[in-house]
Order: sequence, then C-alpha cells, then structure tokens
Amino acid sequence: MELSGHLLSVLIFFPAFGAAALLFLRSDDEYWVRRLTFVVSTVEFLFSLLLLRIVTIGAQGYSMTEYKAWIAAPPINYHLGVDGISMFLVILTTFLTPIGVLASWKGVHHRIKEFHVMLLLLEVGIIGVFLALDLFLFFLFWEVMLIPMAFLIGIWGHGRRIYAAVKFFLYTMAGSAFMIVGILWLYNLTGSLDLPIIQGILQMPQYHLSPSAEMLLFLSFFVAFAIKVPMFPFHTWLPDAHTEAPTAGSIILAGVLLKMGTYGMMRFCLPLFPEASHRAAPVVGVLAIIGIIYGALVALVQPNLKRLVAYSSVSHLGFVVLGIFTFHTVSMEGAVYQMLAHGISTGALFFLVGMLYDRRHTFEISEYGGLCAPMPKFAAFFLFITLSSMVLPMLNGFVGEFLILLGTYQVHWGWGSWAATGVILSACYLLWAYQRVFYGDTRIAENKEMKDIDAREYWGLVAFSVVALWMGIGSPYITRRIAAPVATVIQQTQSHYAVEAARPVTPSPSAVAVETQQDSGRRMVSR
Amino acid sequence: MVPQIPQAADIARVLPEILWCAFGAFLMLLQPFLKNRQMLTLFGMIGAALGTLSTFFGHSGPGFFGLIQFDILSLFFHWLMGLVVFLVILASDSYLERENLAAAEFYALILFATAGMGVLASAQELLTAFIGLEMSSISSYILAGYRRDAVKSSESAVKYFLLGSFATAFFLYGIALVYGVTGSTNLAQIASADPSSNLLRLGLALILVGLGFKVALAPFQVWTPDVYEGAPTPVTALFAAGPKAATFALLLRIFTTIHAATDFWFWAFWILAVVTMFVGNLGAVVQTNVKRMLAYSSIAHAGYTLVAFAAVTFLKTDPEIGPWPAYAAVLFYLLGYALVKVGAFTIVSEIGGKGESHLTLDDFAGLATRQPFAAAAMTLFLLSLLGLPITAGFFGKFYVFKAAINSKLIWLAVLMTINSIIGAYYYLRVIVVMYWRDHEGKLPADAAPSLSPTAAMVVMVACLATLYLGLFPNHILGIVLSQDLILSAR
Repeated sequence: MELSGHLLSVLIFFPAFGAAALLFLRSDDEYWVRRLTFVVSTVEFLFSLLLLRIVTIGAQGYSMTEYKAWIAAPPINYHLGVDGISMFLVILTTFLTPIGVLASWKGVHHRIKEFHVMLLLLEVGIIGVFLALDLFLFFLFWEVMLIPMAFLIGIWGHGRRIYAAVKFFLYTMAGSAFMIVGILWLYNLTGSLDLPIIQGILQMPQYHLSPSAEMLLFLSFFVAFAIKVPMFPFHTWLPDAHTEAPTAGSIILAGVLLKMGTYGMMRFCLPLFPEASHRAAPVVGVLAIIGIIYGALVALVQPNLKRLVAYSSVSHLGFVVLGIFTFHTVSMEGAVYQMLAHGISTGALFFLVGMLYDRRHTFEISEYGGLCAPMPKFAAFFLFITLSSMVLPMLNGFVGEFLILLGTYQVHWGWGSWAATGVILSACYLLWAYQRVFYGDTRIAENKEMKDIDAREYWGLVAFSVVALWMGIGSPYITRRIAAPVATVIQQTQSHYAVEAARPVTPSPSAVAVETQQDSGRRMVSR
Repeated sequence: MVPQIPQAADIARVLPEILWCAFGAFLMLLQPFLKNRQMLTLFGMIGAALGTLSTFFGHSGPGFFGLIQFDILSLFFHWLMGLVVFLVILASDSYLERENLAAAEFYALILFATAGMGVLASAQELLTAFIGLEMSSISSYILAGYRRDAVKSSESAVKYFLLGSFATAFFLYGIALVYGVTGSTNLAQIASADPSSNLLRLGLALILVGLGFKVALAPFQVWTPDVYEGAPTPVTALFAAGPKAATFALLLRIFTTIHAATDFWFWAFWILAVVTMFVGNLGAVVQTNVKRMLAYSSIAHAGYTLVAFAAVTFLKTDPEIGPWPAYAAVLFYLLGYALVKVGAFTIVSEIGGKGESHLTLDDFAGLATRQPFAAAAMTLFLLSLLGLPITAGFFGKFYVFKAAINSKLIWLAVLMTINSIIGAYYYLRVIVVMYWRDHEGKLPADAAPSLSPTAAMVVMVACLATLYLGLFPNHILGIVLSQDLILSAR
C-alpha cells in the first residue's frame, strides 16, 4: 500500500491517531499534552500543504480519489476526493488548529488532556466533511463533528456555556435531521449515495425531478446548511455559541465550521438541484442581504466585543451566500475566496479577543479603553487584523468581497448596492470598537498593568498577519486554483438550467421521469 | 390416529429452550450446596451461552408437527436473547452482592424467562406462543419483585402482574375468537381462512392488544415506567431488551403469515407508532429519574420499531423490493436497541448504589470526573439511542427510516424525525449533566468509586457491539436479509 495514494485518509485520521496518543499521557501532564497536540496539528498542516502540489491548476473533477466499499446495502462507500475548493478549506482547517492550541495555552486550565483530544477529533470531523464524496460519509462526519464542538463549548466555555452548547447542538441536529431525509430520498430515486454518480444520474434528461420534488429536496439540504452558515433567520445560535465558547473553539467555529454550510451549498445544493436553486435564488439572495445588513447593524450596538465579532460573521457570511446564489463565475470565486479570508481574519479576531479575555476575564468593551499605551504591539496587530476584516485593499478581506460585489452588480445591481452598504457598516462597527478599546484614556487601573503579547501570541499573530497580507496581494495563487472547480459548479448549474428553460412545456414529463427513475433505482437496490 | 412421536430433529429445534430450563433447574438444585455467588453466576452464564450455542444443532424447518418454526427469525432472536441474558447475568453479579439477594433463584428465573422468550420467537402456533408468553411473564413478575424489602419493587411486581394478566387475558380471548372462526390455532391454517370475517378481525385486534401490552405500545404502556423503575435494575435491563424483542418477533411472525392481519393492522400500526413515539418521548422529557427516563425512552423506541412494521405492509405487495428490507430494519433495530439498553441500565445499576438510591439526574452530575469510563460509555449509549452516526442506533433508525420512505410513508417518516429531535433533548440532558455540571459537594458518601469489574465487562461488550454495529452494519444485515428469514411467510 503506497502511502502517498492515501493522503486524504492520512489527513482525516492523523489527528485521530494524535488524539489516541494523547490518551496515553497522564491527564495532569500539561507540558507534554500541549506540545504533543501542537506538533501533531502542525505536522497535519504540513501534510495538507502537500495537496497544493497535487491539485494542479485547472484540474477538472476530483483529485486523489479514494474508493473503498464499506457497506453493501445501502451502498455506502468510503469515497474521498479533493478539488480546488475543498483543498483550501482543508488547509484553512489545518492552519487554524495549531493556532487554536496556541490560543488555549493559557486560557484552558482544567481537563487539559480532554480539551486537546476534543480539538483533534473536531479536526477529524471537519476535514472529513470537506473530503467526503459519499453523501452518507459526508453526513456521518457532519454529525460526528458536532459532539467535540458541543463539548468544547459546554466544558471549557464561559458563563452560560451549557445553554449555548445545547442550543448549538439542537439547532444543528434539527437541520441535519432534514438533511438525512433528503439523502434518503435521493438514494431512493437514484439507488446511489455517491455524489458524482447521483449528479450524473440527475443530469440525464430522462431523470429530471418534478419541480416540487426538486424544491423539497433542495430545501432539505439547504436548511441544514443555512443553519450552519448561519443565514439570517437561523442565526440565533451563533452569538451564544461564540460568546460562550473558549477561544480555540471560537477560532475553529468561525474559521471553518461556518464554511461547512456554504461549502455544502456549493457542493450539494447547486449541482444537484440547479433548477430549484435558481428558483430559490431571489429569496436566498434577499435573506443573504438582510443577513449582511442586519448582522452589521447588530454588531454596531454590541457592548460585548466577542459578540460583536460573532455578529460580524453573520454579516460576512451573508456575502458568501450572496456570491454563491448569483450564479456568476466572478462572484462565486469571490465567495470561495471570502470563505478563506473570513476564516483568517475572524479567526485572528477571536484569537486577539481571547488574549484580552485571558488578561482581564471580560469581553465588555466598556471595561477597556486606552489599551494602546500598555500594549502597543497588541494594538498594532489588532489594527492590522481589523483592517483585513473591514475590506481594506491589499488585505485578504478585500479580494473576496470585491469579487462578490463585482459579480453581483452584473447580475442584480440592486442586490449589489444593498450588499455594498455592508462593507461601509463593517468599517463603522470595527473601527468604532477599535477606538473604544484602544484609544482614549486608560480609565481602569487594571488596564494600565496589562501585559503586552508574549512570544507565543506574537508568532501566532505573525502567522495570521502574513497570511492575511499574502492573501491580499498574492490572490491569483488561490484564485487560479479555485477557478476550475468554480467553473464546474457554474456549468453544472447553468447548462442544466438552460436546457430546462429552453425546453417547451410538455405535459409533465418529469412525473414520468420520476417513475422510471424509481424503477431503475429499485432494480439497483433489490438483490 | 397414530400418535406422532417427536423426532431427534424436533428436539434439536427446541434444544436452546431445553438447555435454558435445565440449567435453571440445575441452579435451583445447586443452591443448597453452593454458597459461592460467583460460581453461581458462572453457571448461569454457561447455561445462557450453551443454550445459545445449541442453536447450531437445529436445522431450519417446522418442529413438533408445526407447533414451532425454526428459521432465521427465530435463530436471530435466540442469539439476541442469549447475548442479552448472558450480559444481564454477568451484570447482576455485583448487584446481587450489593443488595444481598439470593443468586441461584435469580439466575434460574432469568433462564426460565429466557426459555419462554425462545418459545415466543419460534412459535408457529398461538397456544404455543401463549405458553411462551406465560413462561416469560411469570418469571418476570417474580423478578420484578425480587427486592422484597423495597416497597417500589413490590409495587412493580404487583402492577406488572395485575396488568400483565389482564393483557394475557386479552391475548387468550383473541386466540379463542380466531379459533372459533378458523378452527385452528396454527398460523399457516389461519392464514388460509377467509380474511373478511369480522370475528377474525376482532380476534386479531385482541391479539394485537395483548402483545402491544408486552412491548409497551401506547396506550397500553402505563405500566412500563413504574415497573421498570421498581424492578431491580439488571432485571429492568432484561425487560427492556428480552421480552420486548421476543414479543416483537412473534408479532412479526403473525403479521407476516396471516395476510388478513397485514391489511387489517396497517392503520393500527400507523396510529400506534405515532402515539407511542410521542407518549414515550414527551413522557421522557419531564423525567428527573434516569431509570424512569430510560423506561420512557424504551416506549419511544417501541414506537420507532412499529414504523418499520407499518412499512412491511406496503413492501409486501411490492415485487421489486419485497418486505425484506423492512424485516431487516426491525431485526437490526431491536439488536442495537437491546445491547444499548443492557449497557445503559448496567451503568444505572452501578451508579444507583446500594438500595438503588442514587438514580436522579443530580447523582449523575460530574460523573465524567469521577468515573470517566462510565460517563464515556453512557454517552455512547445515549448517542446511540438518539441515533447519531457510528453507533448501532443510527443504522437502526436509518433502516427503519429507509423502509418507511421506500413504502412512501412520508408522514410517518417526518413524525419519526420530529420525535428524534425531541429525543435529543432528554438524552443530551444526561450528557450535559455528566460532563458539564459538578456534583457541588453533594456527592453521597456511599457512591461507588468505579464500576465493578463484572459490570465494566458488560459495559465494554455493549460499547464494542454498539460501535461494531454502527461501523459494519452489513455483517449482521447480510444474515438478516435472507429470503428464508420467516419460513412460514413464504
């Protein structure tokens, strides 16, 4: 067995081995637990960088596919694959995990071993979600990832952590309950659970779904993803989860967990149900814009710094959804870019906010003020990251949102203009928050003695800043690699839709199609 | 008429029951001479294991002139019950020591009950089924009240006995009516009778009521929480797993053999499934006693199982798929459920401590720090009951769900989804309490520091089985998905 052929499996399960190795350490052996986890997650990051060499520019379809029959009935297979989109999301995950370890170096004091085991298991689940090409395998990782995250929030969180953890769990559970119904329905129609196969079957003209069936299927997936993103009416779990989560949890939650939702939309909703996606787009687009503006406005009035960052995520993720549902190549590339950029800048913001919490044990903005004087280095980094988050050109946030807006204007200029207000508002809430925290007089005596960042924090922030800067000026490196998979998604969405729109209206051919489809599906199922 | 003589093959087909009964009697005889509880436990386990293994001698086919049917269905349930009883006896060891109860009779009664369940699983004739039902029930009544000094245990026994006999009466009355119409109590002959007779339908309805009581379907479930709560916890584990599975086996056999029942019972199953799921889940939500909560959860799970029964009706008439996936769903579900329940109740029994005095949610607070293994295992069981992937419960639900969608029972599937979400609330609460709450210094002095070795073994086996079924469901499914599953139904 050649190891290089199983890089994806290695990527998924290497952290699990790390977690198993941790179990052999004594639970009070703080020194080695932290170091081992850091080494494991860093090695994992280096592994994931190998993907950059493997997934070439312009590569069509999935690379590095692994296929192994697992369960015969229903046909569930261990099918992995990576393309430009999932590659970068995996790298983002593996990048943020060691940072999460650094971020919790001082913040986590009890049950340290369990904490790091959970962190590594979380990484397993997330990477699995991004690499799975079997609907069932995807669902499995999607659910498995829930447990460590809920534990991270519930055990090591702050204040109302249990409430937040349970809310997070139940929201996601409710969404995924609908998704499993959708998955089973698809399986019943096509007799397969394999994403490429289902895609192929659904694109055959004789296998068209009826409009209502397609819409229901679309919704069953979309609701699960929309909760995860979270989109406007489903967002209420996010501020609670973020505010109460430990720093590492917040970094991963904002950095990659939310992207699982938008990734799911791109990977499943659009290619599988193009027609329904187009029909739902007006509603989704409007919801996304409401999310952008509403998230920004609520962030503006937050007295709690961490909650502010959490609401800014609602706003930024609105851009991503908008970019996806305009079905324009430019805006969709922007959406993918924004997923990565938001992961970096918001991850960094949570890292910074966590440092404040480590020192003062509060997130209230009113408790700070004038921090520039005692912590100059910290203030400089904070400003840099703030600028990256508020879409300053030359930094990472700009590329994504600019592309999204550029694409959106060409499709719906009205949407574009409304969404653009989100950019302005983000400058308002971020700069205002920065002003209140760092400028002015140091009113509170404790703040005067706050220590500036130490070496560990410094290098974590340097990593974030370098990536943010590089993503701002070296964006072609990434956009060239995501162009091909985005074009594939667009093509799968568009051509199908065009065929559908051009077709003369005949008496319900889809009903007939569904019938034949079921028959063939059953023939595949019955033994 | 020449008296018919049972052949060796007939004996082989009931060998498990014979061995279980023989070991039960042997244990009772042994009691005056053997005071060592652990040896008795060992004998009990050997008995359970030998009985189960003796199924290898049986060849599929009817036995005792059509009184029983030895096929994959009965083989599967013999193994299921053998495994459950084996684990329950092992788990009882520390319990009996703690409560200072006599061991031999306890194990003997468990083995007698097992024999009854074995008969139920292979009965092809209603009176034989009745005997099986009574064998398991009467042993169960005694076992429920085995903690004689405890008021709750006695209450449990009396309640179970009174309501149980009532239900048995329904069952018997149903048999009488069916016999009156068809002139036979053999399932195959009943199947060939005129299905339009109202009296036959009444008889079948009464049979359903009687069996519905045994598997705790709402509205015949009222006894369950009290009986489960009062009975010694290892016995509760047995109740939740064994008789329930065996009765479902009988129900499946009747249901698939008698076509009149298939059509007639469909709506009954549909409605009972929905009512049972809601009663079980909503009842469980308000419980603060973990043992009682698990009792309600077992009602809910009976409801989930019934969803697959309703699906059978449709799939039976579908030539493409056939009813096999739905049968397989029932069997797989019950296997996963039984093992998880045995594991969960074993932990509850150990946490409960002497006199079962620590059963509330507060007693589980901070379990993760006191007993990491027990807490982790309990979490796994609860997640399996909730139906999260890589556990047995997930695939159980998945197959039931698939069967329901295959037969276009979309509404039933949707209601099942809603119930799963309700279930998440109360299962998660236990996990939350175990991991995220401290006992705040209220820890009782007599709280067990860790699981006893025997209980830990049981929990370990249950954990491994839960994960095994969750990762490789195909191994079991391959056995179950057979055209010869239920011989009499062909």
